[in-house]
Amino acid sequence: MRARVLIRPKAGILDPQGIAVERALPALGFAGVANVHVGRLVELDVEDEAQLQPMCEKLLANPLVEEYEVQLLDGTTR
Amino acid sequence: MKFGVLQFPGSCDEVDALEAARRVGDAELLWHGERDLKGADAIIVPGGFSYGDYLRAGAIARFSPVMEAVIEFVRDGGLVLGICNGFQVLCEAHLLPGALLPNEHLRFTFRQVELEVVNSDSAFTRAIGSDRSGEGDGARTSEPTLLSIPAKHSWGRYHADESTLDELERGGQVVLRYAPGENFNGSLRDIAGVQNAAGNVFGLMPHPEHAVEELTGSTDGLRIFESMRLTVEGTRA
Repeated sequence: MRARVLIRPKAGILDPQGIAVERALPALGFAGVANVHVGRLVELDVEDEAQLQPMCEKLLANPLVEEYEVQLLDGTTR
Repeated sequence: MKFGVLQFPGSCDEVDALEAARRVGDAELLWHGERDLKGADAIIVPGGFSYGDYLRAGAIARFSPVMEAVIEFVRDGGLVLGICNGFQVLCEAHLLPGALLPNEHLRFTFRQVELEVVNSDSAFTRAIGSDRSGEGDGARTSEPTLLSIPAKHSWGRYHADESTLDELERGGQVVLRYAPGENFNGSLRDIAGVQNAAGNVFGLMPHPEHAVEELTGSTDGLRIFESMRLTVEGTRA
């Protein structure tokens, strides 16, 4: 099973990368942009999809400061 | 006493840490793939870019074989100092509370920083004394003791949730703070170094091992290694 893990800074934690991008966009003429956040994307093939959540908790994300979202590439999200 | 200095692929400050430790005791490098701490009385997790900082700084080093031995060493009360990337590794291993995030301004910064010693009774600060705060007669003054130590990192913004921060402050676990105007990375509550609740694990972002020689401007870092020696020899006596 192909899976995609989206990892982003937890809400409320200062995200300087998001702020930098948010400030850069208007300078290029893109108006009306807000709440930009920059995270990471991990794509992987797994035999046992039940392992995805413990993988995220243990290594792929740091749950203290990041939230994650697992997408199975058959179109479902968990 | 003997210090063990860990070495991961991508470590770069392990030799300076080794040399600093050798000014107060014996020291030996310990390769990340080994589980044997070779009889070390205290462990130093050095700075650098272990495993290329892939994923997050310290995230992968945490699972190396030598870290399993370090976790057991901590459980048995052993002293562990984490410097910069070593601090990140100890947080990722949950041996220290909180996490280190990218600097607020997103730039790698290398500069000398002034640090306030918040807890001068810790296993890692007991040799610091109060001589730099003025009188030197041991009297408690309102002026905090300051250390001048270089810092160099891009992921040094200390973060923990508010209740954890309150608990750290109440329990004397905030050992070092950036002095006013020195917090260049945006660390919450100006925290530069914290210890665990048991007091045997300490991590800081600045580099005491780069401040052990007058030639390079400061010997303040040496007092952290000296404190560790006093602690180890005190518990042994």
